[in-house]
Amino acid sequence: MSKQKKLADYKEEIEQCVKCGACQAHCPVFAENKKESVVARGKVALAHALLEQEVELDERMIADMSQCLLCGSCFDKCPNLVPTDEIIAAARREITEKHGLTTFGKGLTTVLKHPRLMSALAKSGKAFSWLLFKQVPEKSGLHLRFPAPFVSQDRTIPAIAAKPFRERHPEFIPGDRDKPTVAFFTGCMVNHMYPQIGEAVLKSLRFLGMNVLIPHEQGCCGLPAVSAGDGATVEELAERNRQAFSRREPDVILTACASCNVGMGKHFKELGPEFEKLGSRVKDINVFLVEQGLVEKLAALPKKEPSERVTYHDPCHLRTQKITREPRALLQASPGVRYIEMEGADRCCGLGGTFSVYHYDTSKKIGARKAPGIAESKADLVASACPGCMMQLQDTINHAGLEQRVIHVLELVARDLETD
Amino acid sequence: MLDARVITALEEIVGLEQVTTQKADRICYSYDATQQSFLPDVVVHPANAQEISKVMLLANAEKVPVFPRGAGSGFTGGSLPTRGGIVLVTTRLDRILRIDGDNLVAEVEPGVVTEQFQQAAEKAGLFYPPDPASLKFSTLGGNVAECAGGPRCVKYGVTKDYILGLEVVTPQGDIIRTGGETMKGVVGYDLTKLMCGSEGTLGIITRIVIKLLPLPEAKKTMLVLFDSIDGAAQAVSEITRAKIIPTTLEFMDATTIDCVRKATGLDLPETAKAVLIIEVDGEQGMIERQAQRILEVVRPLGVVETRVADTAAESEEIWKVRRLVSPSLRKVNPDKFNEDICVPRSKVPEMIRRVEAIAEKYAIPIVNFGHAGDGNIHVNIMVDKKQPGIEEKAEAAIEEIFAATLELGGTMSGEHGVGITKAPYIPMELDPAAVAYMKAIKRTLDPNNVLNPGKIFLEDEKTFHRAS
Repeated sequence: MSKQKKLADYKEEIEQCVKCGACQAHCPVFAENKKESVVARGKVALAHALLEQEVELDERMIADMSQCLLCGSCFDKCPNLVPTDEIIAAARREITEKHGLTTFGKGLTTVLKHPRLMSALAKSGKAFSWLLFKQVPEKSGLHLRFPAPFVSQDRTIPAIAAKPFRERHPEFIPGDRDKPTVAFFTGCMVNHMYPQIGEAVLKSLRFLGMNVLIPHEQGCCGLPAVSAGDGATVEELAERNRQAFSRREPDVILTACASCNVGMGKHFKELGPEFEKLGSRVKDINVFLVEQGLVEKLAALPKKEPSERVTYHDPCHLRTQKITREPRALLQASPGVRYIEMEGADRCCGLGGTFSVYHYDTSKKIGARKAPGIAESKADLVASACPGCMMQLQDTINHAGLEQRVIHVLELVARDLETD
Repeated sequence: MLDARVITALEEIVGLEQVTTQKADRICYSYDATQQSFLPDVVVHPANAQEISKVMLLANAEKVPVFPRGAGSGFTGGSLPTRGGIVLVTTRLDRILRIDGDNLVAEVEPGVVTEQFQQAAEKAGLFYPPDPASLKFSTLGGNVAECAGGPRCVKYGVTKDYILGLEVVTPQGDIIRTGGETMKGVVGYDLTKLMCGSEGTLGIITRIVIKLLPLPEAKKTMLVLFDSIDGAAQAVSEITRAKIIPTTLEFMDATTIDCVRKATGLDLPETAKAVLIIEVDGEQGMIERQAQRILEVVRPLGVVETRVADTAAESEEIWKVRRLVSPSLRKVNPDKFNEDICVPRSKVPEMIRRVEAIAEKYAIPIVNFGHAGDGNIHVNIMVDKKQPGIEEKAEAAIEEIFAATLELGGTMSGEHGVGITKAPYIPMELDPAAVAYMKAIKRTLDPNNVLNPGKIFLEDEKTFHRAS
C-alpha cells in the first residue's frame, strides 16, 4: 500500500480554490502559454473534474498535468493556500499507476509528438559525457532529469565529474570537539556534476570547526521522481536516506541544492511519522551558515580589490520557503564581491525537474526572461543556491550571447576562507 | 452541442490550434471568480480584431451565443458562458502598442495585464492610476468592460476616466473606432463611455487608447486606528475639509479588525474599532506637509494609535494589514457573498450600522471594509454553503442591504458590475423606463442577442423590485 496521498485525499484542498485567478500572476508557464489549463486554477478545476469523474485520465489530461514546474509559486501566493504542486504531483502518480512510468516519466508521447517541443535525439551528446553518465547510479535523479535520448542537443550541460564528490572524502571528517556534528546531503548534481560546490560546503563547515558526516549510502532527494509521478521510487529513496542519516545522529542535515531541500525536507516528511525525524532536520546551508555567524566572520576578512560584480538568482524552492535574505547576506559579506540586485531575481529559471525535458522550448522561453535582468545588472557572476537553476541559467546566458558565469553562493563564500 | 459545421468555420477563422471542444478545455473556461460554472461548447483564442469580427459574423449567421473573456477574474459572472456556445478568449491580444510621453497617451490591446502596463508606463516616468485589487492578473480589456475601480479612485477616478478611445468589434461584426487620441472631443455620441462598464454586452474591445499622468515623485502611507467607526468617518470628512485629497482612504470595520487579529496575530489593539489607511502622493515636500496636517485634523476624533511609514518597507507593513483581510475572512466561514455597494461618503457610518443590524437579524457574520474615501464598501456576507437554507438567508440579507444602500442614495455596485449575480436586483435601483432605454440600445446593436446574452438584464427569471 502506498504511503503517499491519492488525488482523492486532496478533495478538501481542491475545494478550497475559489477561482479568483490570482495564480495567473505567478505561474511561469502561464506567462508563456496563456491557456487556462496551464495555470493552477485550471489544473485544480481539472483535478476536481477527475475526482467527479467528469473527465478521464486520458492523453490530454496527461499532457495538461505535465505543464507544471512544481515550483510552488502559485501555492506561495494563493490567498487560500491551495497546494496545487502537491495536487499535481498526486495526479502524476495516478497517471503513472494507471499508464505506467513509460508514459510520463520516460518520454511523454503526447508531448513528444510536437517536434518543436522536443528537438532531435542527442545520441552523441555534444556537451554531455555519456560514457561517464553510465557510471551514475540508476536510481539517481539525474536519469529522470536527463533521460538519455531525450535531452535536447541544444542544451548546455556541465560535464560529469570523473570522480564523484562523495567518493573523494571519508564518511566522517572530524572538526572541533566542542562543535556539533552536521550531515551533508550532497544531492545528485553536486555529487556528479558540480563537485566544486561540495568542496566549498565542506570548506565552509570546516572553517567553522564542524564535524562533518557525509554518509556514502545516501541517495537522491526524490524530487525528480516526485516530478515524474514515480511514487514507488520516492518511497524507496526516502527509506534509503532515512537509514543513511540515522547513524551518528547528526543535529542537522545540510543541503546546498534548493530542490534537494524540498525533496528531503518536505516530500519525504509526507510519507509518514517515521520520516519526520529525517525531514525535520533538513536545513539549507545558507540559513545554517548565517545562524552560525559566518556573515560576521566573512565581513571581518580583509576586503579584496578589484572586486567582482555579483548578482543573485532566487531558486523557487528557496524563495517559496521565504529563504531569500540569507544567501544575499553571505554574498554581501564575502570579500571581493560587489553585490548587485538584478531585476527579476525572483523569476523562475524554467528548469523544473522533468519539465525541461518534455517542454524544453517553454523552459527555454521562461529562462530567456531572466536574460535582460542579468544583462542590465552588468554582473560578472550570477550566483545561485541550486545546481538545477545554475545549469539552466548558464544555458540561458549562453543562448542570449551573454558572458556571465554562473556560480554557487558557497563557491564565493568559501573562496577566501582559510582552513588548516 | 454545436453543429460540426460551426466548429469547422471557427477553425478556418482562427486556426485549428486555437479552437478546442475538448471537455478538459471547456471545463477550464467554464468559471470565473464567482465560482459559478457553465460549460461552453467551444473555446476560441482569436489573434486580432479581424478574426473576432469574423467570429461575430458567424455567430449571427448561426445564432450561437458568444461570451468574451479576459482573465476570468470577475466577481459577478460577466464572462460566464451561461448559455453554452462560444467562449472567446482575448488573452492573445496582449501587446502594448505604444507609450507616448509627449502626448501622455498609450495604446494597448485588451489582453495586457493591468500591472504589466502600469510597470511599463512607470519605466517611462508615467502613471496609470486605476488599481483594482486584481491588477496583477486582470486584463485591461476586462477592466474597461467592467469599469474597474480600486483604492486610488478617491483621488484619481476610475477606469473610464482614463480611456480616450477604443477599437471595438460590434455584436454584428463591424470594427469601429470610438473617441480618439485627444483630451477633448465631442463629435458624435460618447461611445467610449458607453462601452466602459458595458460588461461585454455591446461590443468586444480590441484596442484601448489610454490617458496617462506624470508619475508622482513620492508617496507616504499612514495607518490610523480609531475607537469608533464614526471617528473614522468623521476623519474622512475632516481630511476633505482640510482641502487634501489623499490617494487612498481605505477602511476596515471592527469585525474586520477582529478577523485579521484572530487569523494572523497581527498587533492591533482591542480598543480599535475602525482602521483607516491613508496614503498621499506627490512632490516630497508637499506630502510631508499633507501627512502632518492629516494627523493634526484626525487627532481629536478618538485616535487609538497612529503609525506613519518612513520607508518603503514600513509602507509595505501597513498595506500588509489590508492585504491580510481576504485570507483572514475564511477563518470566519468558508464561503462568502462579496458585494461592493457604494454610498455617499458621509453615509458610510450609517450604512455600516444598517449592515450590522442586518447581520444580527439574520445571524450571519458580515465583514465590512473598503474605500472610505469614495463610500465604496465591500460587504462580505460570510456563510458555510454546506449549511442547509443558508443561501436563501444570505440572499434575503443581501436584498435588505441593497434596499438600505439605495435608501441612503447609493448604488448596489461600485466596481464589480452586474453580470448575472446582481441582475435580479436591477429593478430595485433603476427605473423601468431607464431599463427599457438600456435594453433598447442592446436590442438595436445586437438584434440576434448573440453577444454575452443574459447579462445585466434578466429576461424572464426571478427579479427583486423596489419596495413601494
